[in-house]
Amino acid sequence: MPKMRIVDARGSYCPGPLMELIANMKMAQVGDELEVLSTDRGSATDIPEWIRKVRHEHLGTEEKEGVWHILVRKTR
Amino acid sequence: MKVLIVGGGMGGTILGNNLARRLGPELRAGKVSITMLSASDRHMYQPGLLYLAVGRMMPDELYRDQRSLLDPSIEFHVDPVEEFQLDQKQVRTAGGRTFSYDIIVIATGSRPVAHEIPGLAENALQFYTEADALKMFKALQGFKGGNVVIAVDVPHKCPMAPLEITFMLHDYFNDRGLRDKVKLHYTYPIGRVHTLENVAKWAAPEMDRLGITYETFFNMKEVDGAGRIIRSEEGTEAAYDLLITIPSHRGMEVIEKNGLGENGWIPTHRHRLNMEGRDDVFVLGDTTNLPISKAGSTAHFEAEALGENIAAMVKIGAAVRDYDGKVFCFIEAGGERATYAMFDYRNPPDPKPPTRTVHWFKVAYNKLYWSTARGLL
Repeated sequence: MPKMRIVDARGSYCPGPLMELIANMKMAQVGDELEVLSTDRGSATDIPEWIRKVRHEHLGTEEKEGVWHILVRKTR
Repeated sequence: MKVLIVGGGMGGTILGNNLARRLGPELRAGKVSITMLSASDRHMYQPGLLYLAVGRMMPDELYRDQRSLLDPSIEFHVDPVEEFQLDQKQVRTAGGRTFSYDIIVIATGSRPVAHEIPGLAENALQFYTEADALKMFKALQGFKGGNVVIAVDVPHKCPMAPLEITFMLHDYFNDRGLRDKVKLHYTYPIGRVHTLENVAKWAAPEMDRLGITYETFFNMKEVDGAGRIIRSEEGTEAAYDLLITIPSHRGMEVIEKNGLGENGWIPTHRHRLNMEGRDDVFVLGDTTNLPISKAGSTAHFEAEALGENIAAMVKIGAAVRDYDGKVFCFIEAGGERATYAMFDYRNPPDPKPPTRTVHWFKVAYNKLYWSTARGLL
């Protein structure tokens, strides 16, 4: 049964939202969705870029009150 | 009130001494007790392992007797916890004893897990234990030249370690007159050479200047030891003669076995440092699942905030401050220069150009650390 994981990386400069996502991706199962919460505007571009490189799926990005919500799915 | 600290590393030790100082009258009156359970009677200064790996420190400089670092009012036992019975407010130890508590602080740290990448543990050098750091040093001593690849996995302890070991290797081979025979190749998991943008902006041109090549978006997938090739999840590969890794880490097995947190990281409130869902369980240092650096300074600043709060809970029945996410990391930049990064949840770091002064302060801090652990600095 696919799960939804929240990766709360608000205020994370180091290791940062993408590094947090990579670490959480290892714990996730194929099919799981992960929602990254980031206060770093750069996450909106660098997370989808990495997702493309490693061939997972970027489901969408939304900004709400200064927090970027980036939704991805683990595909392999 | 009984305070039980599980773990005798940097976080647990600083917290214990901080509490002993704040609660002196209550301890003497028998109203409060502080007990520490640890897996070892020795305390290791873990940042020293980086220096051990390049022959700049000796093993005996990394250790002190744990008891000698603790305030005498702290009851100390070398008897690691095997079972956390949080609903009963007690733990059971490897020695078969039961310790009850009113407040428990879990600060058991983390461990490298290089074996999770196929071929990595067998073929790469690392420096997260004394034995591994010495093995690296001996391999470096015997190295005559070729490709040295630095490969980084996440999550890892000490976020500056990838850059520091790279610049220190440049110095090491330079000092031996071998630098022109060594190709240093640095890889990193995300799209720049360090996760901190301002650090990356400084480090990339520094690597260019020193002739260190780099590849970003390189997440280790597997190591072919026979072919001496490391491959990435992104589909690229690098050939090596010497492979050096910053391996992925997990929290300690006892945390996983007791179901306290996935991969050994305990879900922790980012300001109050309590385990999510429990107000009598607190978590320090690497053991938390917080999105901040797994570094000694993190444990240090968390311990100071938590010490103030636990003391206030004893004295007035309420916590008085939030942990603000503060972290301070030295960054050894090679050439006897260093800089530092300081940041918290709200303020990004803005590292200054490296200087000799900061390097020598870091070298001094390698000795001063014992005063920090004792709660004096």
